[in-house]
Amino acid sequence: MRRLFFVLSLLFLSHTAFSATLAEYSFETSQQDEDFRAIIEEMRCLVCQNESLAGSNAELAVDLRNKIYDMMQAGQGKDQIIDFMVARYGDFVLYSPPVKPSTYPLWFGPILLFIIGAVVLLTILRKKNRSRETELSTEEQQRLDNLLKQSTDSRNADQ
Amino acid sequence: MNRYLRYSIPLIIFVVIALFLGWGLRHDYDPKHIPSPLIGKSMPTFSLPSLEQADTVISDKDLLGNVYLLNVWATWCVSCRAEHETLVQLARTGKVDIIGLNWKDERDKAEVWLRQLGNPYSVNIFDKKGRTAIDLGVYGAPETFLVDSQGIIHYKHAGPVTMQLINDTILPIVEQLKSKG
Repeated sequence: MRRLFFVLSLLFLSHTAFSATLAEYSFETSQQDEDFRAIIEEMRCLVCQNESLAGSNAELAVDLRNKIYDMMQAGQGKDQIIDFMVARYGDFVLYSPPVKPSTYPLWFGPILLFIIGAVVLLTILRKKNRSRETELSTEEQQRLDNLLKQSTDSRNADQ
Repeated sequence: MNRYLRYSIPLIIFVVIALFLGWGLRHDYDPKHIPSPLIGKSMPTFSLPSLEQADTVISDKDLLGNVYLLNVWATWCVSCRAEHETLVQLARTGKVDIIGLNWKDERDKAEVWLRQLGNPYSVNIFDKKGRTAIDLGVYGAPETFLVDSQGIIHYKHAGPVTMQLINDTILPIVEQLKSKG
């Protein structure tokens, strides 16, 4: 229990540290502030790769945050800033990759896999149903009739 | 036939997974390698002091007319130290000019480094704030760019360069660019 509390308190500590790094960026309007946060959340820190620019304390991430801040102060919009970053660091800097031929497998692969899975599942199910409903050949039908007749005959005889 | 097909499904799945995992293990695969969108583009414009003389300003235009390697380095960068001897050897052959971009470093430390380890650079650009490094898409030193006489970037390598890389990849492109004029 005590260990759990310790781990949880570490989490809270990390959160305060994280907010402190962003406190140094102040904007005139809250819209700008929101845009800034949105941009740095969407960008990958290239040093740590699994962190966004917002969450990383790597020196490059700090530099890039400063650069983005300066660009916003100079009146540049979100699209301009994203173009600026992609021109230098490539699509890799974006957490959500753009839809283009080289990323088609990424975007549509899962849907394709789902469709393949669904088709396979349906064919298997259908095959199972069909084998259960197979009609009897006339010969088999005749044998069945005979068997049924026999059993009713014997039942009648018992009574 | 149907039965064979059914039993071969796990085998097919195994082979597919093994191929994917094997692909991830190939020796030249580096998840840190990020293709640079700057290949084929011009060197970004810049105007920065030289490392050796604080009052001398170097701009991108000063570098035109010559095929050169632009090496991003810093004294705080351990891999740069590992790479340095290779650059000194390359400089000694005189096959290609090496220009240094001293990245987010301190002037006196960088000068001591060059005095102690040798100076392979024909000139060093002092990028204290790292703004030009951002324009070059630098994400970790050392990085090396190969630039032609018109200022177009033809090749980029992230990480320390080795003699093998220089001989097999960099110098052939240098020859090609030089013969082109």
